[in-house]
Amino acid sequence: MTEFYGYERPDGSVGVRNHLLVLAPIDCSYEPARRIAEQVDGAVAITQHHGCGLHWMVAHNLIGVASNPNVAAVLIFGLGCETLNADVIEEGLKPTGKPVERVIIQEEGGTLRAVEKGVRLLRGMAEEASEQRREAFPLSKLTLAVECGGSDATSGMAANPAVGVAADLLVDEGGTVIISEPQEMIGAEEHLARRAVSREVAEAIREMVARQVRRLEAMEVESRYMSRGNIEGGLTTIEEKSLGAVRKGGRRPIQGVLENSWNGLGRPRGGGLWLQDGTGWDIASVTHMVAAGAQVVAFTTGRGSTVGHAVAPVIKITGNPDTYRRMEDNIDINAGIIIEGGESIREVGERIFRFIVQVASGRRTKAELLGYRDFAVFKRDRAAERLLGFP
Amino acid sequence: MKMEEADNVATLLSEVSQGEVVEIVSEEGYVVDRVEALDAVPFGHKIALVDVERGERIIKYGEAIGVASRGIRRGEWAHTHNVDSLRLPERG
Repeated sequence: MTEFYGYERPDGSVGVRNHLLVLAPIDCSYEPARRIAEQVDGAVAITQHHGCGLHWMVAHNLIGVASNPNVAAVLIFGLGCETLNADVIEEGLKPTGKPVERVIIQEEGGTLRAVEKGVRLLRGMAEEASEQRREAFPLSKLTLAVECGGSDATSGMAANPAVGVAADLLVDEGGTVIISEPQEMIGAEEHLARRAVSREVAEAIREMVARQVRRLEAMEVESRYMSRGNIEGGLTTIEEKSLGAVRKGGRRPIQGVLENSWNGLGRPRGGGLWLQDGTGWDIASVTHMVAAGAQVVAFTTGRGSTVGHAVAPVIKITGNPDTYRRMEDNIDINAGIIIEGGESIREVGERIFRFIVQVASGRRTKAELLGYRDFAVFKRDRAAERLLGFP
Repeated sequence: MKMEEADNVATLLSEVSQGEVVEIVSEEGYVVDRVEALDAVPFGHKIALVDVERGERIIKYGEAIGVASRGIRRGEWAHTHNVDSLRLPERG
């Protein structure tokens, strides 16, 4: 059995990184939050830009990211008058048992006092976190998110099938895989439904994709057509495009659909492949899968996406050999070797799998080395969803 | 590149000219077939591996990606001119 080396958390989950998180529940307190994080090694600051009302989809995702085992400890840094406040976040983090502190600017008497208190608290947390050592764990403790962005003709031919091989190898060793972006499942929903473990799951898959089709229709986007670039690149139908996209999740049975709404944020209830009701916006899509518990991200790109994530290592894989040569500083794995006939899909997939385990054990990805700390939360418009008749 | 055993099309990893013999490889990298290209086919586009009748399904990734809008011969370029989406039968 393959093992990885991670940090055990009080709730039994295992982190592949030991980040300290400064969480500004509202962007009013983000500027000082960012400065606090800059003053403590290993810390990263996040916020959201949807206003200070209590939008539960946003709250679930902030709590989810702070609950991710890659986060060793959390400093909540609030303004004071926001509705989505420190109480909401702190309550949500209780089940994790991880260290949580809070500083509220209005209670401390201004920015300078709050920042000083924040830095001191965070330094204490950093000292404690630095005592932790990596230990060996089975892959049943590892969840991989798969994502694609800046796709081209090579994505469905090389990068996605190779990541799919790696996803299958992980699932076969008891691991968990999450794939999102329901917009890219349009045309592949029957294929996915056939792979569902139960009739209920099959129905949930069809419903999730149907909701996305309804949203596109309401926006007057014709979901069945493809762009001219897609067709010139060799994609003939929407079915072919979507089957190529979902291939990065591998070919194993689908265990369930993870909810991602104001009603809740679903987390995988065991190993295997799970679908998430997420967004096609890359950075937010990764955030939502990380909020659901993914510790590592495998991100395929054709044109050359550069993004990383605040708390999870993002592994970049391209199927385009030219993109790899031009952007080697950003791309971890060249699956373009498949196009050039140097290695098979299977061989590259096995290489990606080994790389995922290395990254889970501490190896830095290119996005991490470049300092990418991307973070964004996506929120569905509740009024629009209601008008469409969705629960 | 033939993605699955059941596929009746393969995706070209390089541009081919008419009359060229194309090696078809599996996910594992084995050569599973050799097909003479009846058309010039661009990189990333598909070539039929068997004769397909009008109305028959086009299979890639082991799944129907569409239906033949006319007969397609082994070695022919398979694309929007002879394949329709099952989701969008009449092309706009």
